[in-house]
Amino acid sequence: MLWRYEISGIDTITLYWGERIDTALARRVHCAAQALQTHLGERLLDVVPSYASIMLRYDLLQDDLASLLESVRHILSDLPENPLDHASELVELPVFYHPRVGPDLERIARHAGLSVDDVIALHAEQTYHVFAIGFAPGFAYLGEVSSRIAMPRLATPRPHVPAGSLGIADRQTAIYPLDSPGGWNLIGRTPVNMFDVNREPSSLLRVGQRVRFRPVEQDEYLALGGQLSTRQDQ
Amino acid sequence: MSTDGKGLRIIKPGFLTLLQDAGRSGVMHQGLACGGPMDRHAWAWANRLVGNPWNTTTLEISFGGLECVADVPLQICVTGARLPLALNGRPQPLWSTLQLNPGDCLTLGHPTSGVRSYLSVQGGFVLESGPGGSHATLVREGTGGLKGDGRPLQAGDCLPCRKTADQGAQRQIPDQWLPDYDAELVLDVILGAQVDRFPATSLDCFFRGLYRLTPQSDRMGARLSGPALAHNANQLISEGISLGAVQIPPDGQPIILLQDRQTIGGYPKLGAVTPRSLDALAQRMPGRDIRFRSIALYEAQLQETRFLGFFQSSAPFKGNPHTG
Repeated sequence: MLWRYEISGIDTITLYWGERIDTALARRVHCAAQALQTHLGERLLDVVPSYASIMLRYDLLQDDLASLLESVRHILSDLPENPLDHASELVELPVFYHPRVGPDLERIARHAGLSVDDVIALHAEQTYHVFAIGFAPGFAYLGEVSSRIAMPRLATPRPHVPAGSLGIADRQTAIYPLDSPGGWNLIGRTPVNMFDVNREPSSLLRVGQRVRFRPVEQDEYLALGGQLSTRQDQ
Repeated sequence: MSTDGKGLRIIKPGFLTLLQDAGRSGVMHQGLACGGPMDRHAWAWANRLVGNPWNTTTLEISFGGLECVADVPLQICVTGARLPLALNGRPQPLWSTLQLNPGDCLTLGHPTSGVRSYLSVQGGFVLESGPGGSHATLVREGTGGLKGDGRPLQAGDCLPCRKTADQGAQRQIPDQWLPDYDAELVLDVILGAQVDRFPATSLDCFFRGLYRLTPQSDRMGARLSGPALAHNANQLISEGISLGAVQIPPDGQPIILLQDRQTIGGYPKLGAVTPRSLDALAQRMPGRDIRFRSIALYEAQLQETRFLGFFQSSAPFKGNPHTG
């Protein structure tokens, strides 16, 4: 696996594998992040994988860059070129896809020249890869969404998006873990708690996992603890 | 060990008062920010003077205005911004230990120099740990702090303090070690990240230019205004963001990413300001002028390990860790 590194700060380097959003590449990055965490976890203060890179923060009082890089090179030289897909954990999340909790469903359908049911079917038939976590605690960037229902972010973000809302931005999809502002196109909501600071780990999703969405009817959504409140500003 | 939940009671919180320890480690991959004191120098001295180990939680008071009452005997210390400090109305020194008896009222006025004050209590506060085992308060996330919900301290909050056996003699740091928060500020930058995407003219502009700290700055980032910087990178694929990263958004105006920054982002970065320079930056009011200079990684690391080594060692007052 070809990689390079850059200095990102006084105690931080970033390893790069490429510059594109690509599931196969992301899988390689994830495999490397796991190996680094396993072998160097004790030495590293933070390991932050993303689409095509991993940021490493080390302890200046215990470590130096040269010996850290030596260890990193050694660990990464042993990794397979193309890690297998089924090696990563599959998480299934129930979603109530409905205009009542997905105020942008109908707009996406019009934009795509499809029915709302087609949009839901295209979104739910895909298995997604967790590319990155960021923006907010537990906010997982999933890809890739079918190009037929890809949709740019809203020009003006909503000041309030309820927790659990499922959205699309270009060819990525994500669930808002907490009530927050947001500019993604909302298509449904999950009753699952994506982030709980009193849980270990707090974030339900991790980079490298695979995710599938299971469409549920309103009754099941409510039985699972889902809310219909529409505090979001339209 | 604890004092039946008693300790320090907040009467007026001031503009923004937060609990801060050294910050979180090992949780960025969950999207959780690091937090921690904006000025580690004043924060570390506040702990050192009352005999607390590194990483003990203190109050971080921005722009003064705090009023609090001791419900138990406490040894405390206030460092950082120059402001009027009073105990039951009588003026008291900063950067010096103070003895509070039950019922004593401590007030911080407004800064005449600097921005942030640190109030330490000998033995520290008795608090539930948040993410990464830290007590850092992350307001934007709604995590950490007194109740774990990220809220700043407010009137009526009571901070339980650990009972300490011996409060010890008065300690203070000599005047010549006190930092000057009005001095001209030149920030050290370690070049890196996407620096190769910036044309030489752009870097020249960055290191020769005069920038101003804008009022839009907060614990997430220091937003600057000055000569706009061009680069050859469009939006990048999001990657981890390090402390001090100098990020250039499409308008070309640099943002220095600070303790409460988001964990990943996609704007090009030309390098990172050193933590020691960030300490100094944290004490500058908006409107202050800022310049940059380039520093070698190894020089910056030496500076940082000396600083950490001094404050994380157990023997107090071994030498001056280069104040300022």
